[in-house]
Amino acid sequence: MDKFSRRKFVATIGAATVAPASALLKAAPAEAVAPQQMAQRGSATLPAKPLYLFFNLAEAAFIESACERLIPADESGPGALGAGVPNYLDKQLGGAWGSGERLYRSGPWQSGSPSQGYQLPFTPAELFHVALRAVNRNFESQGAAFGTLSAEAQDAYLKTLEAGGVDLDGVPSAVFFDMLLRMSIEGFFSDPVYGGNRDMVAWRMIGFPGAYADYYEAIDRHGEKFAREPMSIGEDALRHVHIDPNIPASL
Amino acid sequence: MVQRLKEVDVVIVGVGMVGSIVAKELAAAGYKVVGLERGEARFTVPEFQSPAVHDELRFDIRKALMQDNTREPVTFRNASSETALPVRRWESFLPGTGLGGSMVHWNGQTYRFQANDFELATRTKERYGKNFLDKDVTIQDWGVTYAELEPHYDRFEYLLGTSGKAGNIKGEIQPGGDPHESPRSREYPTPPQKEHFQGALFRKAATSLGYHPFPQPSSNLSQPYTNPEGVKLNACVFCGFCERYACEHYAKSTPQTVILPVLLANSNFELRTGCQVQRINLDSSKKKATGVTYIDTAGREFEQPASLVITASFALNNVRMLLLSGIDKPYNPQSGTGVVGRNYAYQTMSSVAAFFDQDVIINPFMASGASGTLINDFAGDNFDHSGLGFIGGAFIGAVNTNGRPIQYHPVPPGTPAWGQGWKEAVVKHYNHTVMFSLHGSSVSTRQNYLDLDPTYRDAWGQPLLRMTFDFPQNDLKMAAYVTAKGVEIGKAMGAKLVAGAPRKAPYTTTVYQTTHNTGGTVMGNDPRTSVVNRYLQSWDVPNVFVIGASAYPQNASWNPTDTLGALTYWAIDALKNRYLKNPGRLVSA
Repeated sequence: MDKFSRRKFVATIGAATVAPASALLKAAPAEAVAPQQMAQRGSATLPAKPLYLFFNLAEAAFIESACERLIPADESGPGALGAGVPNYLDKQLGGAWGSGERLYRSGPWQSGSPSQGYQLPFTPAELFHVALRAVNRNFESQGAAFGTLSAEAQDAYLKTLEAGGVDLDGVPSAVFFDMLLRMSIEGFFSDPVYGGNRDMVAWRMIGFPGAYADYYEAIDRHGEKFAREPMSIGEDALRHVHIDPNIPASL
Repeated sequence: MVQRLKEVDVVIVGVGMVGSIVAKELAAAGYKVVGLERGEARFTVPEFQSPAVHDELRFDIRKALMQDNTREPVTFRNASSETALPVRRWESFLPGTGLGGSMVHWNGQTYRFQANDFELATRTKERYGKNFLDKDVTIQDWGVTYAELEPHYDRFEYLLGTSGKAGNIKGEIQPGGDPHESPRSREYPTPPQKEHFQGALFRKAATSLGYHPFPQPSSNLSQPYTNPEGVKLNACVFCGFCERYACEHYAKSTPQTVILPVLLANSNFELRTGCQVQRINLDSSKKKATGVTYIDTAGREFEQPASLVITASFALNNVRMLLLSGIDKPYNPQSGTGVVGRNYAYQTMSSVAAFFDQDVIINPFMASGASGTLINDFAGDNFDHSGLGFIGGAFIGAVNTNGRPIQYHPVPPGTPAWGQGWKEAVVKHYNHTVMFSLHGSSVSTRQNYLDLDPTYRDAWGQPLLRMTFDFPQNDLKMAAYVTAKGVEIGKAMGAKLVAGAPRKAPYTTTVYQTTHNTGGTVMGNDPRTSVVNRYLQSWDVPNVFVIGASAYPQNASWNPTDTLGALTYWAIDALKNRYLKNPGRLVSA
C-alpha cells in the first residue's frame, strides 16, 4: 500500500517539477541564477513592510535595526531586513515557539553553570518583551532611538549586550543577545514559508538548493558547481511560495 | 481507577528498532506480545513525505521528532558536588519518540565494534599492564565476545541491507575495505554508496600518509534491496536530510522500512501507541515482575499483566525504568556499590575543518547520512598506546552528512560571530569547506553515573533521570591526540587553512555532540558490577530483559546501533531457544 502511494505521489507531484540533476550540472554557470532578478521579483510580489503582530512599533523599530547590523546587506545580497528576518521573529515569537514550545518549564528556578544551559523562567516571548522594554527605555531616556545611531554606534551597543553584564529588567543581556542572534540566523536561512529568507535570498547567496532532494546523478561529479534555482517546501509548480493563510507572514 | 487488562505472554516497553525486532521474533514463535509505545504511530506514507520533511527549522532546530522534553527531560550536572538542573531544551543529545524510535531519525552509520572492545578490561591489562589506566576508569568486559556476536551482526546488517565494503572476510583482508575490522562471515548485503567529493579528497590524502581509508558502512542503501523478511527498500538519492529527519524515499533502514510491515501483519502482536509506562510491577517477593502500569494519552491508567517484561527503550529511559520500578540496587558513587546507573558513558566527538580556495567546489548538501570516507587507523586499539597515557581512539573521516545552512555554515576560527565579517565568511566558505568528524570512544568512570533526581519531576509526577557527567581525562587526552592526526590529513588534502577542534571539558548540554548515550544497565558476568547477564536478563528480576545501549559497559570508537542490533538478536536467541522454554535464570548468580 505504501509503495503504491509513493508511486502515485511521484507521478502526480514530482514529475512536473523535478529535472534530473545531471542535466542541471550541464546547464549554464552560476550567473544563470541571477539573484538580482529574483530579488526584484520578490520585492514586486511581497511588500517591504511586514505586518507586525507580536512587536509593538518601538520594539519592531529596534529589531529591524539590530537584525540588519547582525546580518547586514552587502554586495553578496540583502541582509536580515531584506530577507524578512524581523517578520520571521515576529511570527515565531507570537506563536508556539514564543510561548515555550519545546521548553521544559517546571521549577524550582535557579541559575546554573554554563554547561547546564538556559535556566530562566521567561518564555521567549516574555524574554523579548521584557528585554526590549528595558532597551527602548534606555534609548528614550537618551532622547535618540537606536535606529538613528550610526552603524558603528549601533554595533558598539550590540557588543555591550553581547558581552553581558547589562541587566534588562531581569534578563541578562547576553542571553537576550544570544537568542536574538540565533533566531536571526534561523530566519535568514530557514524555509521562506516561515516568513524570513524572502524569495530564498540567503540560499542563493551561498548556493544551497533548499528542499530540492535528488543528487544521485550529481554526487560523484566532483567539483562541479550545482547551478539550480533553490526550492522551497511551499512552492507550487509555478514556483510561487505559499504562506500558511493562518499565519500572515506578509501582507 | 486502574483498569486491569488481560494477561499476555510478553509486554515490550518501547517500539523502536529493538522492540520491533523482539516483537516480530516472539510473535512469530507463537507468543502473545503487546508493544507499548509512548509516541504516535507514523509511517513513510503519509507522515514522512517531501517536500514537507525537508524543513530544517522544524526538524533540526525545533526537533520535531524528539522525545517531548516539556514533559520528560533529564536533569544534568557535571559533578556530584553540583545541583543538577533540568535540560530545558534538547541540544547535546536527541532521544527520539514515536513508533520506530530514534532510528527513524538516525544517520544510518552502521559499524561493528571490534573483538578487542568486548574484552576491553582484560586486553588492556594484557597489552599495557595493570597500572596503565587512570584510577577513576571502570571499564570492564562485556561478558560476550565478538565471535559470539558475529552471526547476529550479520543478521542485523542483512535485515538493514547495509551498503559497505568488507575489509576482512573470515580472516582474509579485502582490498578497499577496513583492514582493521574483526573478521566478518561474508560481504555486506549491498555495495558502498557513491563517494562524495569530500570523501574522495580525504581518501587521497589519507592514502598518501599511509593510512587505510574505506567507505562508510551505510544503511542508506546504494541500490534497491529486499531483506530476508521480504521487505523492499529503495536506493538513496543523497538528499542531505537524514539525521533528525525521517526518510521519504524508503532508502534509510528504519523499523518502518525493514520490519514493521511484517510485525504489524502478525495477529499475535498488538501495538498500542500513546502509552506512557510508569513502572514495571513486581510481586511481593520483589524478584518477579507481574507486568507494567501505563497511562494513555487521555490520562487513563492501565495495568498490563505479562509473564515476561522487556524494556526496549532508549538507553537513558531503560535506566530510568529500572530505577522507577525498584529493580536492582541504584549505583552509589561514594561507596562504588550498586549497579543501576553505573558506567554511564557517551562519545568523545572532535572535529577538523579544512578550508579550501574558491575553485574547489564541495556541494556539501549532496550527501546521505553515511556516505563518507574514513580511517580506523586511530580508532580503538588499532595503534600502540604505550606511553600515550590513554586508551581508545576515534575514527577520522570526511563523513559530512548535509549542507543545511541554519546549522551548517562553517567559518574559520577568529571570524566574528555576526555582522559584515561573519556574513562574508559564511558566503565565502559555505561551498568550499570539508568537515571531518573524529568519533571518539568513551571510558566509563567511577564519577559518571545516572540516578533519579530528588527535585524535578515529569508530567506524570515521577522523578526525572539525573545525569552526572564530565569528560574523563583519558578521553580528553585521546581527543587531543587524534585531532592532531586529523589536522595532518587536512593539510595533506591541500586545504588553505586547517582548524582542529579537539573535544574539551567541561561537557556541556548546550551543543549537539551525539545521541550515543550508553551504560547504566550494563551487561557482564558479575552481578556486583552489572545489571544484566550476558543475555541481557536482569540478575535481580529474571523475567525482565533490558535491551538497549544501556547494556554497554563503556562506549567504543563507533556509532552504537549495529552492535545494539547484534545484541538484540543474541538476546532473542537466548529468549526463544532457552528462556521461554524453561523460564528462569540463564546464568546462575
